[in-house]
Formats: sequence, C-alpha cells, structure tokens
Amino acid sequence: MRRERRSSRGLRGPVSTTIGPPVVDRGPQPDDGSSPPPSRRRPVQLGRGVRRRVRRARRRALVRTGRGARRVVHAWRASLQLRVGAITMLVAAVVVVIVSMVLFTQIRGQLLDVKQQAAVDQSLAGVVYAQTEVSGIATGDSASVRSTLSRTVEGLQRLGGAAGDFDVVMVYRSGEDERPAVSRRGVEPALPADLRAQVTGGAQAYRYARVPDLRGEPVPSLIVGAPVPTDPGGGDSVEVYFAFPLDQEQANLAGIRSTVAITSAVLVLFVAGIGVLVTRLVVDPVRRAAGSAQRLAEGHLEERLAVRGEDDLARLATSFNAMAEGLQQQITQLEALSRLQQRFTSDVSHELRTPLTTVQMAAAVLHDARGEFDPAVARSAELLQAELNRFEALLTDLLEISRYDAGAATLEPEPQELSPLVQRVVTGMASLAERHGCALLVSLPPRSVIAEVDGRRVERVLRNLVGNAIEHGRGEPVEITLAASRSAAAITVRDHGVGLTSEDAQHVFDRFWRADPSRVRTVGGSGLGLSISLEDARLHGGWLQVWGLPGEGAQFRLTLPLVAGSELTSSPLPLRPPMLSRGQA
Amino acid sequence: MPPSAPASGTSRGRVLVVDDDAALAEMLGIVLRREGYDPAFVSDGARAVATFQQLRPDLVLLDLMLPGRNGLQICADIRTQSSVPIVMLTAKTDTIDVVQGLEAGADDYVTKPFKPVELVARVRAQLRRGDTGQAESLSIGDVQIDVPAHQVTRDGAPIALTPLEFDLLVALARKPRQVFTRELLLEQVWGYRHAADTRLVNVHVQRLRAKVERDPEKPEVVLTVRGVGYKAGPP
Repeated sequence: MRRERRSSRGLRGPVSTTIGPPVVDRGPQPDDGSSPPPSRRRPVQLGRGVRRRVRRARRRALVRTGRGARRVVHAWRASLQLRVGAITMLVAAVVVVIVSMVLFTQIRGQLLDVKQQAAVDQSLAGVVYAQTEVSGIATGDSASVRSTLSRTVEGLQRLGGAAGDFDVVMVYRSGEDERPAVSRRGVEPALPADLRAQVTGGAQAYRYARVPDLRGEPVPSLIVGAPVPTDPGGGDSVEVYFAFPLDQEQANLAGIRSTVAITSAVLVLFVAGIGVLVTRLVVDPVRRAAGSAQRLAEGHLEERLAVRGEDDLARLATSFNAMAEGLQQQITQLEALSRLQQRFTSDVSHELRTPLTTVQMAAAVLHDARGEFDPAVARSAELLQAELNRFEALLTDLLEISRYDAGAATLEPEPQELSPLVQRVVTGMASLAERHGCALLVSLPPRSVIAEVDGRRVERVLRNLVGNAIEHGRGEPVEITLAASRSAAAITVRDHGVGLTSEDAQHVFDRFWRADPSRVRTVGGSGLGLSISLEDARLHGGWLQVWGLPGEGAQFRLTLPLVAGSELTSSPLPLRPPMLSRGQA
Repeated sequence: MPPSAPASGTSRGRVLVVDDDAALAEMLGIVLRREGYDPAFVSDGARAVATFQQLRPDLVLLDLMLPGRNGLQICADIRTQSSVPIVMLTAKTDTIDVVQGLEAGADDYVTKPFKPVELVARVRAQLRRGDTGQAESLSIGDVQIDVPAHQVTRDGAPIALTPLEFDLLVALARKPRQVFTRELLLEQVWGYRHAADTRLVNVHVQRLRAKVERDPEKPEVVLTVRGVGYKAGPP
C-alpha cells in the first residue's frame, strides 16, 4: 500500500525531472518496515531510486556477461572433446611457436653470416684496389683529390663482387676537412657515426643500418668500413665504406617467415584435429554408454551396449551389459514377487472371505435364535458372533496392510468438505463413546474446508484415532478439532487418558504394538489400525503424528494437503496442545 | 440345488442367487427365506442368464467371482435385457472391481464377509424401489419425468432408465434447489443409514448422465457442485 503511494509521489516529485525518469520499484524493500514517514524522505528516496537503477543496470550487465561466461564454463565442463581439443591446440601452438622462432632465428643468422662474410671479403679486395688508386694522390690539390676519389669509387663499383650490389663512399680526410665521394647521393649521411669513428681510428668495422635506396626508402643494409692505407707520415687519410643493401635477404626472410607461419598454423590445427578425432574415438562410446545408463535408469531394462573388439571400451560395454543384465533380473524378480504378493492377497481375500461370510451368516442366525437355546449354548452363540466380528476386523486390516505392502493401494482423491466427514465419524463413534462414558467434543472451523482426499481412507483414519482415544481416554472427554490453512487441513484428536511416554510415541504406529500388553482390550482393534492410518496419511502425501505425556493424555494430528499431490510444509494445528487445560485430574 | 417354488403367496419377492459356493448359497437361501423372500439358485455362470430369463426374478444377487463366466459379463448381459435390481456380492474392496461391477450395471454391492442384516437391508432397499409413486410430473431442463408411470422423456422420446437411475433422477428433481451430498443420496436412493461407499453415487450419476444428458461432458440435468455433491439443473 505505502510503497505504491510513494512511487506515484516520486513520479510527480520536483526533483525527478532533473535527475531523469524516476524508477518505479515494485520489488521488495526489506528496509521499509522501520522507515520514518515517507514525506521526510522523499529526496533521499529519489536519489536512492536513481542509484538503484544504476545498480540494477550494472547488475543486469553483470548478469549478461555472467550468463555468457556461465555458458562457456558449462560447455567447457560438459564436453571432454572441447577440452581435449582446446588443450591440444594450446600446447601444439606453444611448441610450434617456439620451434619456428628458433628455426627462423637460425636461418636469419646464417643468411646474414654468409652475406657478411662475402661483404667483408669484397671490401678487403676493394681496399686493396683503392689503395693502389689513391697511392699517388696529390694531397694539396682538392680537384685532383675529388677526381681520384670519384674514379676509385667508379672503379670499385665496376669491380663488383660476390656480395651483390653495393654503394661506395670514400672519404678523404685532411685534418678536420672531409671530402666525400659517393657512388650515390644520400648514402653518406646514413653512415653510422660510431662506425665512422671506429674507421677513422684505423680499424676495419661493419654495422647494420638503414640506408635510403634510389627512391629514398630506407633499406636495411650492411655497411663495411675500412681505412685505405696511404703514404705514412701524411696527416691525410682515406676511408672507404661499402653499403650492401639487404633487401634481397629481407625478401627471402619474409618469404621464409610466412612459410613458417602458415606451416605452423596448419600444424597446430592438424594436431588439434587429431586430438579431437582421437578423443571422439574414446568419447563416443563413453557417451553411448552414458546414454544407455540413463535409459536404463529410466526403466528401459532391455537397454544394452554393442561390444566391438576387445579393447577397454569393449570391456566397458561388457561390464555395463552384465550390470544391466543383473539389474533386469533383480527387478523382474522383484516385480514377479510383488505380483505374486498382490495375487496372493487377492486370492486370500476371496478364498477366506467366502467361507467367512457363510460362517458369519450362520452365526448370526444362531445368535438371533439364542433365546430358544439353553444358557450355555446361547452364550456360545454370542461368543461365536463376537469373535467372528473380531476375526473379520483382523482379516480386513491384514488384507489392507498387505495391499499397502504390495504397493497396490491407490488414492482416489475427490474434493469434499471435511466438516461433515468429521461429523459422520463422530456420529458413528457416538455409541462406543457412550459405552465408555466419554464425551466427544467437536470443534469445527466456521468456514467450510474442502480438500481433495480419499474420503473412505480419511474416515477410516479418523475412526481409528477417535476409537483409540475413547479406548485410552479413561472416560475423560475426547476433543476433535478441525482447522485449515490455505494449503493444508489438520484434524487433531486429543484424549486425556494415561498418555504416552516418548518411548511409546515412537512405537504407536508399529504393527501389533500395544502400550500395555496386560491391558484389557475393549475396542477389539486388530493392532493394525494405526499402522494402516499412517499408510493412509502417507498415501495422501499427509502426516500422521502423535504427541503424548504420561498422565496428560495424547494427541494425534492428521495433516492433509488441500490439493492432492501438493507438498506439505506446515500444519494448521500444533501437534502439542497449546495449554494443558485439563491436567492430570 | 433346484429352483424352489414360491413357499407361499406371501412371498416378498423372488431373488435369484448366482453363486458357485454351495454353502454360501444355501446360507443365503436360509436368510432370505427367513425374511420372507423366495430364493432361487444357479451355481453355474454359464447358465445364469438362461435361468434369469426363465425365472424372471425381482432381484439378482450376483457373486462376481464365478467359474464359467465372469460375473461382470453376466451382470452386463442381464442389464441389456432387464432393469431388474442387481446386487453384487464381492470379496474385493479394491476400487477397480467395485467400480467395474457398478459400471457393468449393478445397482449396489455387498462386500464379503457381510452379516445377514446388511444383506437384507440391501435387498429390501432395492425391492422397495418405485413404491413411492404419487401423481406428479417433474422436469429438469428439457427432460420430463412422469413419476407414477416411471417414464422419462425428452421431446416426447422415452429414455430407458433402471429403477435406481430413475429414483436418483426423481430425488434430484423433487428438490431442484437443494444440493445433495453423496451421503444424502446414499440414504435417500440406496437406503443406507450410515455412511457407505460414495463411489456408488459417482458411478450411477455417470451412468445416468450418459442416458439423460445431451453431452455428458457438459451436464445440464445433473450438475456437480464441487466439493459438496450434486443438484438438479434448472427446470
């Protein structure tokens, strides 16, 4: 009620327009119970509403990702094949990546080694050539120097060599003054400074560096630099640099790399495929076995597995079949026994009942005519009649309980009012109650209680309980109470007799159990009444329970679901009497 | 045992006992005779229907478990020829058997072992049927009931009902506003003093509906009052 009011106020509230559409929350709000009047809390309420919306959106997103994750986790846990496939693929990928990396590094190393060797050899040859060319250089004449250098560069280029194309840079150094001569522009600035320093220092050296090609694109190159020996004593020196572009090698390596990558990928997929295939070979029979086991459990006892070959899977199939065979035999045997028992029950029923009927009718005729007999014979007729009644009751109960044992009892629920049913039982028991000088106090709810029950069985339970209460009630009143909740009905039968110890209470539903074996039997029950009542209650999906206290009497409570087949969770009446109004009198 | 001739002119009715157990049959004979009925016997199920046709009894006591022919079959055969009251003797209290017997056309049943009083009460209740005819005409829906003539018609076409079904319909029709509990119907129609098997009512209401309703799935003459019982449809 209050929650709705508050929501509608929230819609009209001034704050809501600034925050955005308010959230009308119909969900349970556990903290509302103790909240102060709503008027004071309105702004807070709206803030909470927005926050709640955000929280809910976040929760929804979480739920969504959670659901996806859960699906994946489920697939992962459910499919052995997926697991094996994925793991194989992962392991294969790691191995292949490592192997191909090692392979690639080695190939590259060797390629470069070869190139390097050739380049160094060629540059040595070049240095020798250059040496002869520049030996007679006129150190002072810059034009002569330039032309000599250019000629030498051209000569070197023309000379060629085993290491392929290359560019040449010659540098004539006179003190701080540098005069370069190049085979191609743009190469000289690309020479690494540390290389030049090393060469200037008089050592031969090589470096990898990027040198612009004809189009100005930087190309990885091997640069070998060496000083050209000149006349000793002069302050001038000549250096020669050879730049070998590695684009060919690079192209080769790229080709190798892609080949290795493709091969690796194919290999990984292939290995994973083999993994999946092999798993399938194992998993499929296991799945078939699992399916068969499930069908077997569902009652298809003739379910068997096909045995192929002599491997482990064949052994699995063989043992499975042996187990199924054993199960089938056992169950068939049990079914046969159960049928036999039912049949026996039915046969005994008929075979015993027919002569018993004749005897009982004869006894009744004798009993009716007992006035004409002498006293001993007349008494005999009376005893005969009375004991036949007992015999009949015992037989009926025995047959009933054996029907339960055979699982042949069926419930026939039908919606009916319980109050008249209770009244009928009470009326039927009135004469017995009168004989024991005991009052039957019935308390019925004002409204009618309609339950889907098997009236015959419920009446039988109540007759048993009331008869029991009268027999053990020591003449004190017996209280019969009916009550109902929305899902269940309960009937309690309370006596104020000798009561039950907790030990007794555990045994009252046992067959042929008597609280005090020495006690005189007055009702002449078979000793099966409460056992049958318990079975009747169970057949309804109901409860039959007992409470007792020595000297305070006992109370039996029958609880039945209002709708047949629904589960009971609680009883509308307490098992223990709320107050012991009539204590030990 | 040969069929016995009527003992005297004061016979309260001829009862055909169909039972294979000689001792029980004889005992039934003794009890019935003491109550003033005229019993006749047949022990062989195969001859039961022929004997019935020959003797035309006022009531049949039929043991359901018979050699030769199934008691249910005999019951159904007799019912096709006659609306004579049939009381089953059954050793089985299992629902299926009782319901099958009732559906085969039996009006009532007694479960073995029974006492003479019970049996005689059942027989008497069945034979008393139809004695209470006063000049009255009743109707439920489009079904007309002529009580003294034991005639039920719809649009002038007669509907054949057994005496029990007729009594059931009349009981409902006489108090069109009353809801009858099964127990009340058992008392009024079957003559039970104390509670008995309410399946009797259920089965016979179904049989009655099969005959008088246009669509037994949607009854208009005999209505179910859920949780309570039955009542007549609007006149």
